[in-house]
Amino acid sequence: MSQVKMKVNGREVSAATEGRTLLSSYLRDLLGLTGTHVGCDTSQCGACVVLVDGKAVKSCTAFAADLEGAEVTTVEGMANPDGSLGRIQQAFQDYHGLQCGFCTPGMVMSTAALLAENPKPSEEEVRHYLEGNICRCTGYQNIVRAVMAASGQDAGALAAE
Amino acid sequence: MHNFDFVKPSSVAEAVAALANEDALPLSGGQTLIPSMKARLNAPETLVSLTGIDELKGVCVDGGSLVIGAATTHATVAAEAASHFPGLAALAGQIGDPAVRNRGTLGGSLANNDPSACYPAAALGTGATVVTNTREIAADDYFQGMFTTALEEGEIITSVRFPIAEKSAYAKFLQPASRFALTGVFVAKYASGVRVAVTGASENGVFRWAEAEAALSQDFSADAIADLKCSPDEMISDLHGTPEYRAHLVGVMTRRAVAAAR
Ligand SMILES: Cc1cc2nc3c(=O)[nH]c(=O)nc-3n(C[C@H](O)[C@H](O)[C@H](O)COP(=O)(O)OP(=O)(O)OC[C@H]3O[C@@H](n4cnc5c(N)ncnc54)[C@H](O)[C@@H]3O)c2cc1C
Ligand code: FES
Ligand code: FES
Repeated sequence: MSQVKMKVNGREVSAATEGRTLLSSYLRDLLGLTGTHVGCDTSQCGACVVLVDGKAVKSCTAFAADLEGAEVTTVEGMANPDGSLGRIQQAFQDYHGLQCGFCTPGMVMSTAALLAENPKPSEEEVRHYLEGNICRCTGYQNIVRAVMAASGQDAGALAAE
Repeated sequence: MHNFDFVKPSSVAEAVAALANEDALPLSGGQTLIPSMKARLNAPETLVSLTGIDELKGVCVDGGSLVIGAATTHATVAAEAASHFPGLAALAGQIGDPAVRNRGTLGGSLANNDPSACYPAAALGTGATVVTNTREIAADDYFQGMFTTALEEGEIITSVRFPIAEKSAYAKFLQPASRFALTGVFVAKYASGVRVAVTGASENGVFRWAEAEAALSQDFSADAIADLKCSPDEMISDLHGTPEYRAHLVGVMTRRAVAAAR
């Protein structure tokens, strides 16, 4: 066991990890941040996406020990300081961008990464960027609408309809 | 997953020393190794992370080649190679999804040599040189069949030198569930001739399509290979496609790559 330090949602944290401790279990089991979901645990679904130093990363596919000193943002870090939903989260609620909600943390974090790189993405760019995030419920239309709305764009008609 | 000792050296020399232990493996982006350790296909006693070694990272032009450090992520190559070698940058930008590209690396991809991976097509299609801690290996000698390479135990790739093409492109027929190539073709035009490398099709891994290279070296146009057929012998047969289907795709993807080359 060794202590691994990171900065998670702006807070300095430290926890005793094994070599095999994944970032997803560091966050969920050691820090109690269960907002990050583990859907497949095989690097396929994107439910576990968090930001590591600002970049989208599948937390089930990185070892905590390899990320010593990293700055990590999880879905818990997306809310406003007063606890109300942040802009991206609110757009997912407003546009029904979720049904069961299992994929939503990953969708929100991938959206945050996308909008940081490309503040006004086209619908095609949104679909392309979210290709590693799988949703079993919504059929994606409302997710794309939510991302368009979160980027301050018209969330009305989508080309794919 | 079985537990292991995790070490994170900051130089190639330290990494090589740590890898001398016979049950040690290098870890780069982990996008292949971590899933395979979860499935217990790999169970190293020591994992030697290469992600803290600065000398293994970066993209730079050296003479007529683009030299890329083995631990450089696909996302970095997609961004930083774009102005020097657009065909190669576009290939890196099509690997997997954004989160895979933010961790996965060139060295990991070439060491793994998945028969459907993208980078092997670029390395073979450019006649790249794979540089390791002990030697330089020509791409033509490096790939030795599915998941098999010329690397010795404990040898690590440090960088890859890609000769910059006059024109090049990668055409990938996406297998949408895995995000790998169902069949992909990298075409590169040089003063000395044209190279065509095919991934995702053969049971022997990435290969050069010699007949297309000969025809395209005479006339670099999709029409020059309009009637050329690739043999389905020894092509992969799985639920995604028959050998005949893959052989057909090789022709289609080669023509698309030639038409898209810039
Ligand atoms: C959802 C998903 C989609 C993907 N889609 C694609 C795709 O479309 N195309 C594609 O090409 N790939 C794809 N990949 C694979 C991805 O590109 C991996 O990043 C790559 O195959 C392995 O690189 P890595 O840095 O993650 O290596 P690791 O997983 O860290 O290592 C892989 C192997 O290489 C060894 N190794 C690592 N670095 C070195 C080195 N420098 N020298 C010697 N040995 C080394 C390791 O010991 C291990 O055996 C996908 C992966 C996932 C999870
Ligand atoms: S849980 Fe990590 S990709 Fe599915
Ligand atoms: S809302 Fe159920 S998986 Fe996306």
